[in-house]
Amino acid sequence: MTTRMPTAVDRRAFLQMSGALVVSFSAASILDAADVVQGPFDTRRSHVDPTQLDSWLAVGADGGVTAYTGKCEFGQGMYTAQIQLVAEELSVPVSRVKLIQCDTSICPDQGTTSGSQSTPTNFNERNLAQAAATAREALLRLASQRLGVPVDRLSASDGVVGVKGDAGKRVSYGELVGGKRFDVTVNAHAPRTAVADWKVMGTPVPRVDMTEMATGTFEFVHNVRVPGMLHGRVVRPASVGAAVASVDEASVRGMPGLVKVVVRKNFVGVVCEKQWQAIQAAAKLKVVWTAGPGLPAQHDFYDHLRKQPARDAAVVDSKDVDQKMTAASSVLKATYQHPYQMHGSMGTSCAVADVQGNKATVWSPTQSAYPTRSGVAAVLGIPPDNVRVIYVRGSGCYGINGADTVSYDAALLSHAVGKPVRIQLSRQDEMAWENYGFAYVIDQRAAVDRSGTIAAWDYESWSPSLGGRPGYDQPGNVVTGMLVGFEPAAPAPRAAGAPRGPLRNGSNAVPSYLAGCIDGSCNGAGTIKSERVVTHTIASPFFTGPLRSPARLQNTFAHECFLDEIAAHVKADPVEYRVRHLSDPRLREVVQAAAKAAKWQPRPSPQRTGSGRGIACVAYEGDNGYVAMVADVDVDQSSGRIRVRKLVVAQDCGPITNPDGMKNQIEGGALQGLSRALGEEVTWDERKVTSIDWRTYHSLPLGFDVPEVESVLINRNGVEASGAGETAITIVAAAVGNAVFDATGARIREVPFTPERIVAALRARS
Amino acid sequence: MSEIALNVNGRSHRLDVDPATPLLYVLSDDLGLNGPKLGCGLGQCGACTVIVRGRAVRSCVTPIGTVAGAEITTLEGLGTAEKPHPLQQAFIDEQAAQCGFCLNGVILTAKAFLDQKPKATEAELQQGLASVLCRCFTHVRMLRAIKKYQEKRV
Repeated sequence: MTTRMPTAVDRRAFLQMSGALVVSFSAASILDAADVVQGPFDTRRSHVDPTQLDSWLAVGADGGVTAYTGKCEFGQGMYTAQIQLVAEELSVPVSRVKLIQCDTSICPDQGTTSGSQSTPTNFNERNLAQAAATAREALLRLASQRLGVPVDRLSASDGVVGVKGDAGKRVSYGELVGGKRFDVTVNAHAPRTAVADWKVMGTPVPRVDMTEMATGTFEFVHNVRVPGMLHGRVVRPASVGAAVASVDEASVRGMPGLVKVVVRKNFVGVVCEKQWQAIQAAAKLKVVWTAGPGLPAQHDFYDHLRKQPARDAAVVDSKDVDQKMTAASSVLKATYQHPYQMHGSMGTSCAVADVQGNKATVWSPTQSAYPTRSGVAAVLGIPPDNVRVIYVRGSGCYGINGADTVSYDAALLSHAVGKPVRIQLSRQDEMAWENYGFAYVIDQRAAVDRSGTIAAWDYESWSPSLGGRPGYDQPGNVVTGMLVGFEPAAPAPRAAGAPRGPLRNGSNAVPSYLAGCIDGSCNGAGTIKSERVVTHTIASPFFTGPLRSPARLQNTFAHECFLDEIAAHVKADPVEYRVRHLSDPRLREVVQAAAKAAKWQPRPSPQRTGSGRGIACVAYEGDNGYVAMVADVDVDQSSGRIRVRKLVVAQDCGPITNPDGMKNQIEGGALQGLSRALGEEVTWDERKVTSIDWRTYHSLPLGFDVPEVESVLINRNGVEASGAGETAITIVAAAVGNAVFDATGARIREVPFTPERIVAALRARS
Repeated sequence: MSEIALNVNGRSHRLDVDPATPLLYVLSDDLGLNGPKLGCGLGQCGACTVIVRGRAVRSCVTPIGTVAGAEITTLEGLGTAEKPHPLQQAFIDEQAAQCGFCLNGVILTAKAFLDQKPKATEAELQQGLASVLCRCFTHVRMLRAIKKYQEKRV
């Protein structure tokens, strides 16, 4: 039996062992400084003051280093990468660094671990990186005092400060500061280790959690066991928008192990002694639901979106697009459609909560420890300071899966019984109620001049949105919060104002080929100056939220396929045509690097031989990672089946922390993108979601004809490090769609590329 | 409820439990094992896989009454962190994981399959892994690890 005590006890014991319980708690007096130190994401002040070095790092009496981070490991390798960073800056071996991640009692608030922001936030000139550099500076200063030698004659290695040219004089970190506080402010100017001097950063350090994962001993949140813990299960509404009419508690009375039926407004659940009992009781509990408002028909949903009141925004508008279209030698138009897709985590979401009176501890796989602390507090009606959220890894999430909502579920159920409760969602509850990735319908229009160059580009999109990440204030953004009475965020209709600078292309609504000019300042990646990008956001019938490369993937699918259509129209080579319309040197370079690695032969598409290749590229979020991909495919023209033979990916995300970790992200992103391109689509009927398991939602299994994935890493120093988790996935659908066109001459403009759609596109070929 | 004898990773257990209870919940909740995981509860994804009488079995849909007395191996019973099974070692060598939630199903399904068919062709291996999921899509590394293990073994 491996029952363990709450994580809190383990960590306290660990900290006492290393003699370094030196977390910094401060009064609320340095708000401005905190805002400066924190990253670009929304965070709030907490009791862990990010301006203080002690909030980030402690050195134990044994010289071991403990670091505290608000950016967590989900499987993307961030745990190991952050250990590398601390080991590098402090000159200690990787094995001497412990990382404590996303525990609201002891870690700084870094908001949400998402959006390819962990590397930009913690590896450039602030936060964890700068704290580690400050610690090194402080240790050298202390050693200078202790040894009576100026700092410039000191050097540190293996956790020991030595004197250059005097091997006898040395002092260890443990002797200098072991178990004591640094009591210094994070120095924004503390010198960082130069990339040229990296010994640990930039190397393929193996994942520190790999052996435990492979041998089945790694502890996921699903394995957290608290003494006295009960098991819960929720009963979600029978249809979207349904409310509880009645709950018949007698329907489960006397069932073995039943502790309580819990009803709060439209939240219904059961608590039992054992998990299997809870599953059975939830299935048997008779709940009558109202019918709900009904859902728009799926078959014409994209047309439906165009007719709804919308929140409009103009990202760029040069005001001359219509005039250029009229004057052009030819105008091309195309419409692209992308469905709702789901995170569909491998393991359904799970959390454990222990609510006693007005205090709560939640073991949660959330990406947002501090915001979840606020959300749990809101649904329980207690102050956030009374809630401790301890992050424990769940199944890979790829964005907001059920992690936040199940944390609320656990808290509500535990609150109702006054005992610790574990809950893991059913597959159907996970899939029918998660915050889906956005559906999109996108109209593209381009004017081409006599030389075959693009003279103007016009983009207009319609996309539904409801809820999203709860942040600190909106627990109604996920299903459980809404069921207990909080409102989800919905887009209020309003007309678009004039674009305001500087250019914001975080959603990649602006194609890479546009100059991105606002008020005379041009920050796009391309050359086209006659440009208009208008978006319409509509209230969604389903919850939506960030799914790996949110909106960026959908937009890039439309941009990169459309660019390919224009290139084919003017009979230009797709690689050359891209480069011709790009001004950003880093984006041009990845396009050329991918083409070179793939031995690209310049020619116009289509070749119509049944085999083809396509290319796509993106400057992720405008400037957060540069990637290009060449896809080689075979298309069976009778069945419509696509076989992808090879994907070549070239990527530049600045200085690379861990090249093997980056390759792993590229390979995973490429194949996840392929699964989303070929098969994944949320489906529904008149009242409810019908893609509720792996028979109705189609994920490529391990046993499919897996293509070779070749990664070309461009390690660029002298620039900021950018994210690498969402780059490759963004361009897969476009690269494959372009390859299908090259192979067949059929253009497929709707994801997923099912065999039926391919066959239809082949029939529609001109 | 009735008393059921379970033989898991070489250790015997006697449990008083409803024989209809799926094996998974007993392994994870009563025996406290971390290896087998609830992925779907429908036998569709593989996360709950254990090896029973030499075959990969989906424990989330296997009533415990049907495996009483049988030798059951979970991922932690295959090898240990100090002495991993060669297939586990191949996964470690290839760094073949991201979140790691699916590893249980991938490794145990591949193990049981290659025990039955040591010389499986690529197509046969594909068939053997046709209903195992990895949602991080670490496929490239996982298949490389499995093939390296297969080559060493033959």
